[in-house]
Amino acid sequence: MSTPTSSAPAAPSGPVTTMLTHVKVQLALHELRSGTGRPLLLLHGLGEHTPSVVPAFAASWPGPVHGLDLTGHGGSSRAPGGGYTAEIVMADVDAALAHLGPATVVGRGLGAYASLLIAGARPELVVGAVLCDGPGLNGGGPAPHSPSVIAPTPDAMARAATDRSLPDPFAMVELARDVRPDDYASTYARQALQFSGLDAPLAVAAVVRPPWLAAVVAEPGVVAEPLAEALARYAALPTPER
Amino acid sequence: MLAATEIPPAPTRTEADGLPTYPGARRPDRRRTVDRGGIALSVWEWGDEDAPPILFAHGGFDFAGTYDTLAPLVADQGWRVVSFDQRGHGDSQHAHLYSWDADLRDAAAVLDSTSPGAIPILGHSKGGALMLQLADALPHRVSHVINLDGLPSARSWPDVPDHHRTRLLNGELAGWLDHRRVAAGKIRRPGTVEELAERRGRMNPRMDPDWLRYLVPIGAHQEADGWRWKIDPSMRMGGFGPWRPEWSMSRLPSLGMPVLCVLGLDIEVMGWGTLPEDVIPNLPAGARFVPLDGVGHFVHIEKPAVIADLTLELIS
Repeated sequence: MSTPTSSAPAAPSGPVTTMLTHVKVQLALHELRSGTGRPLLLLHGLGEHTPSVVPAFAASWPGPVHGLDLTGHGGSSRAPGGGYTAEIVMADVDAALAHLGPATVVGRGLGAYASLLIAGARPELVVGAVLCDGPGLNGGGPAPHSPSVIAPTPDAMARAATDRSLPDPFAMVELARDVRPDDYASTYARQALQFSGLDAPLAVAAVVRPPWLAAVVAEPGVVAEPLAEALARYAALPTPER
Repeated sequence: MLAATEIPPAPTRTEADGLPTYPGARRPDRRRTVDRGGIALSVWEWGDEDAPPILFAHGGFDFAGTYDTLAPLVADQGWRVVSFDQRGHGDSQHAHLYSWDADLRDAAAVLDSTSPGAIPILGHSKGGALMLQLADALPHRVSHVINLDGLPSARSWPDVPDHHRTRLLNGELAGWLDHRRVAAGKIRRPGTVEELAERRGRMNPRMDPDWLRYLVPIGAHQEADGWRWKIDPSMRMGGFGPWRPEWSMSRLPSLGMPVLCVLGLDIEVMGWGTLPEDVIPNLPAGARFVPLDGVGHFVHIEKPAVIADLTLELIS
């Protein structure tokens, strides 16, 4: 069960961090602003972590604002020996939703791809997902590269071993290479469209459109709109009963 | 319940007294550990330490001990057979995460620990597909490739309309996510040797029950309440993701070293359902293709002598 194992304030006036268990990983879920109503869940890009304060774009969100540090990032566990995939990142988000309940999700880069995947896989728990530019948006492209054995450099491993603030070098190399076929991305968009009960469950605010995102935008029912407009639209939606 | 680090490894040849025996089966002569990047891999060797090496990779949900009948036949002809338990399998460490790229990296680490030069590699099922990619990625490190029923095709994928496919995928995804929500607390169900053999037999219905009983003290460990398979309980059969079977098959035509592909023609649950017509157009020049009538997915277990002869003919 993705149950919280501890909860402690990170700083007197800073976010409150709850640690969630995702199989062998401990995930740091930060509450950037408390409140009532449907949460907004922020997902960072590849190599980033949750900001320490509510970003300006989320200031007018009517409910609480949370951010999840994905596996290998920020306050979450590193995975010895790697094995990172976008689907594992999606399951990270599912662990947060198991704790928060239905939420609106905003993702940057890698977090945008994870937002798409979770919106398709858990359409009853995602009340709108906004896909934004950010690091890791492209992934490894739509088809496999020429084969190679992917591994972080020894220097990167040595730095990460002594500096816990750095993202896991395995995450950096593996999640920059994960293949994202456009028709695979489309199947997640179709699941969100078919099963969420929302007219427009996916909003694409990203300016850059790698092939997977171009395919998502091309699905009838997916809306391309600025982040502020998407958030205003989702804020006005009722929260489904669990 | 023992912690993972307290579970004793499977016995080597000299430690196997009193365990079940099976005709032709022999435990490895040595065990060693390879650790690169934080995961300790259990590596097993049959034959003379100074003999030329050949690397074996097992299939998904198997372990190196499933080569206990094939490996001695090759080792006894003057080879040092090296196999390893993939992460989360057998006596190798349970990882936080599992992926194809991680398995490939682990296999390369074992290859590095075995020989600096090019050596033959052999793989069954998932291990076969993995060895195809290893040979394509590191052609300077691979002298021959033997693929045992490890040529994925799209034949086992259901042909269903798009809207049904969307529903099927959503069910599969929800099932996988539900599994991950509870997997942290999962442990393998204990049982007697007979019960564990019977459970494994459901996925290996063609296997001799005596062989399945032989495998239990190797792939499982005993505690006060019974035997448990060692494989990481957080792992789950089946799955989804962007990977397509043709991505593995497409490695085959690129290979420039001598290649042997063996296909069991009796289709069964653990196999890919691949047919000769799926393989033949992808064979590289000079490759040998051997379809085996009346043999299932586990060609090396059903016909170890045939596979050993074919392998030795290629590499000798």
